[in-house]
Amino acid sequence: MGKLRLISASGILLVLAAWALVTYTGLVDALFLPTPTQVLLEAKKQLDDGTLFLDIEMSFYRILMGFVLSTIFALPIGVLMGTSKYWNAFWEPLVGFIRYMPAVAFIPLSILWFGTSDLQKFFIIFIGVFFQAVIMIADNCKTVKKSVVEVGLTLGLNKFEIIKDIIFRAALPSIWDTLRTIWGWAWTYLVVAELVAASSGLGFRIMQAQRYLSTETIILGILVIGILGLVTDLLFSYLAKIMFPWREREKISN
Amino acid sequence: MAVSELVAQNVVKEFRDKKKTFLALDQIDLTVGEHEFVSLLGPSGCGKSTLLRLVAGLDKVSEGKILLRDKEISKPGRDRGVVFQQYSLLPWMHAWENVAFALKKDRTKTKQKKKELAYHFLELVGLKGFEDVYPSQMSGGMQQRVAIARALVYKPNLLLMDEPFGALDAQTRKEMQDLVLKVFTEARSSVLFVTHDVDEAIYLSDRVYVMSAKPGRMAKEINIELPKPRDWNVQLSENFLKYKREILVELQNQKKLK
Ligand SMILES: Nc1ncnc2c1ncn2[C@@H]1O[C@H](COP(=O)(O)OP(=O)(O)O)[C@@H](O)[C@H]1O
Ligand SMILES: [Mg+2]
Repeated sequence: MGKLRLISASGILLVLAAWALVTYTGLVDALFLPTPTQVLLEAKKQLDDGTLFLDIEMSFYRILMGFVLSTIFALPIGVLMGTSKYWNAFWEPLVGFIRYMPAVAFIPLSILWFGTSDLQKFFIIFIGVFFQAVIMIADNCKTVKKSVVEVGLTLGLNKFEIIKDIIFRAALPSIWDTLRTIWGWAWTYLVVAELVAASSGLGFRIMQAQRYLSTETIILGILVIGILGLVTDLLFSYLAKIMFPWREREKISN
Repeated sequence: MAVSELVAQNVVKEFRDKKKTFLALDQIDLTVGEHEFVSLLGPSGCGKSTLLRLVAGLDKVSEGKILLRDKEISKPGRDRGVVFQQYSLLPWMHAWENVAFALKKDRTKTKQKKKELAYHFLELVGLKGFEDVYPSQMSGGMQQRVAIARALVYKPNLLLMDEPFGALDAQTRKEMQDLVLKVFTEARSSVLFVTHDVDEAIYLSDRVYVMSAKPGRMAKEINIELPKPRDWNVQLSENFLKYKREILVELQNQKKLK
């Protein structure tokens, strides 16, 4: 384990070293790529005047709302699609069609409808992830083993109880993985939405920095988004361990 | 045999797909009396599981009737308990919760009472001390013990078991057979037991149906008149070997006819 950690760390260090090398030696003009020092100074500045946390707070609020809205609708619809052939027949063509429409193409329309408000961000995230989530959650339910469903049937459970107490519970770990993937995509759509139309948030900060050729602000923004993504991803897998303690346990001997 | 727990009359089962129909069971007659232990024995593919699934209500007959205490069955129900071959525990529940889950529909019992019953039946199948263990932590034999406890806890009239020990090693299998003899004698349940193991069928049963394949038919019905309670020694007795010979000859003849 320690060895693997070391290898993981060395990958990151290597990239950092290369970055330092090409910038400190002046190989690449600071206008195009700032030095690590410049980025750290920018970080300190933004921490001191509070913009960094304000941006993070703004972006996090938007992504959370977009994600929660999508999940609230995707969960019941996906589960029903995965368990009822009638629901599936109704939703599948619709969802299958819309999910191939690029969410980014909805941006002009979304601005027309919602201006540059937060609602517009929620909308873009929703368009980007809702339909994917529905299909993936439906698949998570469809792959539940028939044998556990039949256990429920033989114990006299009705259709609703089979869905709630067996299929949903059995599919939950993979649904959780789906949400984790979806969360990652939501980040991308958030930043895209903020790049185009916003007056705050991490995406906006990056876009604004371009106007002033302030590359250190851009790099800082990208790094912060990356770190936030990583941290939330780790949180997802940590919560999975707590919620699904029954997975991957050691065998005991009788 | 006063009362019949289960009666199957002229049961036919066809599987249809777009191209052809496949006759899996042809004109099956079968009875299981009250407190009787009946085995279905036959080569792989002769339709044992198909028949058991029909009785369980998981599939529908193409023709004929299946009656449980004179009432025709239409769907699965709590009057029957099923033990499948494997992978039938709910992996997110502890052993005792898996057992108590069978009492979910029972509104007459409190949560506490259900837990007590689950513990009691786990003890009965030899799993005292393993109540709080997840299925993924258990060996195949332990998992089947839990499955048996789950099928017993709500006291169905008829227990259906489809090669429940098929995936276990020989030693564990022997233990489980003795467990079944002990537990089912105590519970006085009626049992329909599927196996392809000749010794297992004779050792456990009051009556054995021998099936033949393609299409699945009843080939022979044998009353096993061995003393009860049985223990392992009976397998060396003259009578036991007589039954075994009779069944093996039947199975051998089936092969020759092919
Ligand atoms: N759902 C099904 N669709 C089509 N054929 C099936 C189905 N289930 C079983 N069969 C066929 O019916 C026959 C009997 O199967 P099965 O009852 O599983 O046999 P056994 O349990 O005695 O080994 C086999 O030839 C099998 O391929
Ligand atoms: Mg079978």
